[in-house]
Amino acid sequence: MMHLVLPFRFEWLWSDALVWLLVASVIGFAIYTNARPHLRAPWARVSRSASGLAAATVLALFVIVGLLDSVHYREALPSQDGKAAYATELRSVLDRLLQPLRASREKTYSAPLATHLYAKETVQLPDGGEVRVFPRLRHGGAHLVDPQQDWARDVAVKAFRGLAIALLVWFVAAIGVCAAESRRATAGIESVWRDVWAGRTAVPWRAVLAALGLLCVLIGPVTALAPHYHVLGTDKVGQDVLYQALKSIRTGLVIGTLATLVMLPFALVLGVMAGYFKGRIDDLIQYLYTTLSSIPGVLLIAAAVLMMQVYIENHPELFPSTEIRADVRLIALCVILGVTSWTGLCRLLRGEALKLREMEYIQAAHAFGVSHWRIMMRHIVPNVMHIVMIALVMDFSGLVLAEAVLSYVGVGVDPSMISFGTMINSARLEMAREPMVWWSLAAAFVFMLTLVLAANLFADAVRDAFDPRLIMAGRHS
Amino acid sequence: MTAYIIRRLVYGVFVLAGVNVLTFALFFFVNSPEDMARAQLGAKRVTPAAVEKWKRERGYDKPVFLNDKMPGSRKLTETVFFDKSVRLFAFEFGASDQGRNIGYDISTRMWPSLAVQVPAFVIGLAVYITFALLMAFFRATYVDFWGVVLCVLMMSISTLFYIIGGQFVFGKLWNLVPISGYDAGFDALKFLVLPVLIGVIGGIGSSSRWYRTIFLEEISKDYVRTARAKGLSESRVLFRHVLANAMIPILTGVVVVIPLLFMGALITESFFGIPGLGSYTIDAIGQQDFAIVRAMVFLGSVLYIIGLILTDISYTLVDPRVRFS
Repeated sequence: MMHLVLPFRFEWLWSDALVWLLVASVIGFAIYTNARPHLRAPWARVSRSASGLAAATVLALFVIVGLLDSVHYREALPSQDGKAAYATELRSVLDRLLQPLRASREKTYSAPLATHLYAKETVQLPDGGEVRVFPRLRHGGAHLVDPQQDWARDVAVKAFRGLAIALLVWFVAAIGVCAAESRRATAGIESVWRDVWAGRTAVPWRAVLAALGLLCVLIGPVTALAPHYHVLGTDKVGQDVLYQALKSIRTGLVIGTLATLVMLPFALVLGVMAGYFKGRIDDLIQYLYTTLSSIPGVLLIAAAVLMMQVYIENHPELFPSTEIRADVRLIALCVILGVTSWTGLCRLLRGEALKLREMEYIQAAHAFGVSHWRIMMRHIVPNVMHIVMIALVMDFSGLVLAEAVLSYVGVGVDPSMISFGTMINSARLEMAREPMVWWSLAAAFVFMLTLVLAANLFADAVRDAFDPRLIMAGRHS
Repeated sequence: MTAYIIRRLVYGVFVLAGVNVLTFALFFFVNSPEDMARAQLGAKRVTPAAVEKWKRERGYDKPVFLNDKMPGSRKLTETVFFDKSVRLFAFEFGASDQGRNIGYDISTRMWPSLAVQVPAFVIGLAVYITFALLMAFFRATYVDFWGVVLCVLMMSISTLFYIIGGQFVFGKLWNLVPISGYDAGFDALKFLVLPVLIGVIGGIGSSSRWYRTIFLEEISKDYVRTARAKGLSESRVLFRHVLANAMIPILTGVVVVIPLLFMGALITESFFGIPGLGSYTIDAIGQQDFAIVRAMVFLGSVLYIIGLILTDISYTLVDPRVRFS
């Protein structure tokens, strides 16, 4: 009897499940918001911020990479008896897309776009002699017959071809945007095109298209070159640096989002309760967050992570593979970051709830005999959501930066997990090397700066749109 | 006023007790001392005898809360909780898991930490406030716009890159200062320049932007309009009125960190090889020395609570409304 053997089997890591749950809830939230004009209004203000939208475009790209890296599967192994057997190695869709980068492992360091190793090696000659040369790379530029002659031309041609395709894609996107806009505004596509480039549209499409254009100019040549060269070089063990940088994105995104999600319920429930009930409950909650926040953040996180490490070391039976162990550690790190960082938001929400509870409409609800629970849920929580939203986006970039520092201290993600922190940590001594190896650090720097900068700009746009004080003052800074 | 400060002090002691119980729970309930012994000894060398020896040498073999075998009050004092947790209140840090005297280590290593942290703090504060005032003075002009852009850009760069980049440029490329190390007395100066500089630069982005927001908030208040209506010059308004009133929100953020300067900067000290409390903590984390981490958590909380009380006192000094109410 024949068994149907699928070429792969999906495997959900815990963090994958949480990531997709988050995506689902964001979509749900978007649909809910879109149907309600008063909730839609601040987001409409966000969409009118040029820097905010440009940042959102860049962030969207990072999110796509992160999501592709959050679908894991095992490949089927060739089997004789028709039974399904799957590889022990866990891969993600991103790994599959980056297969050429992943598989092309060199011996050790090689510079960006290089065709030869970075260090001299002793090579045996056929006649028995030895000679010290820079050996050719196994994969980088391996298709070139004579690298010295062909290299520059080959790189230029490939980069140019990639650039041309990218620009074409960008142009199609720009036309698409104008077509959609002209349909909405019932104007000719040509006049819309002029409006977009003059910055006269309500939604600043010019900023989006400029950001998209910049990304295309960068991504096009890199995509064209990546299958044939190590665009960002290779690290000490010969792994492609571009691959590492792309894999780091997911780690950063997971930490930045899941940690805030863990923090949110603590801050919201305790903050609103403290402000609403006042008295004993308020004293207790204030005591709780003063106690927690009096421990310096890094030390508390370090202590908790150390304890988690000891637990993992003593219970190896719970973690069947390296990937699962690294994944559990990642989630535990998010939980620890969340549990140690809710105090700031809690304090803000308490203050806001203290103010709200004295409002007339709350007094009216009391007079009608509405229960405490209902007042908090229906009247207080919706009116503090703008603070929550601002805190969510503002915390993201801080968490991404914190991951790098924590991994350096040794209390971050699992050493086997690729992240910005582990990249920097393993590369930090390379600047002191002679000759210097700079590309690992440069790659981590550029990717991290882009992600954090985009997150910061987006957070500013969200804050400006949601903060009632800024809106009423009419000040946009 | 005295009654108020005493009340704050008593509250501080309660908070410390809470911190103590929390850390004790974290260190002794998540994992038992056996687990820690196994983690310390390494998987290969674990025998029941070795675990017992490790626990006995470090005093983890006593009962947790109540020692029935001892007479009188020693029922309570001869326990892990008393030794490892209550004794911290008397600043008896005991011995580290490696057998070093933590109290002595702290008293010698706090000086290098202070030598980096105090100059970085003072210079930093001056630079950040000056930059923020500059942006507030030229608000809604290109100076302000590009100032904010610079701030956002600088706060998007990880501390690690400031340090690595600074060491590379000033230490390796220009050979101005040694890349890392430390020396006693005035010889330490050349080792301190770079960490202090990096510490200041690393904070420009977030701090200057924060102070700018505070200044702009003050500028939008009524008394500023009154001052302008009186015919005061813009610089006089800014320096005499706005700066003075902005001191209150600035103090909130600044005074609380002053005591914490003792703790040193974790990353900076470790990169620059400064033998302060920051690198002490990092080494302890690397070696999984739980006794040192516990001591540092406690010390950090004490310093933070002192900072909170100092903040309250400083309010009464700068704000007459608080002083006379």
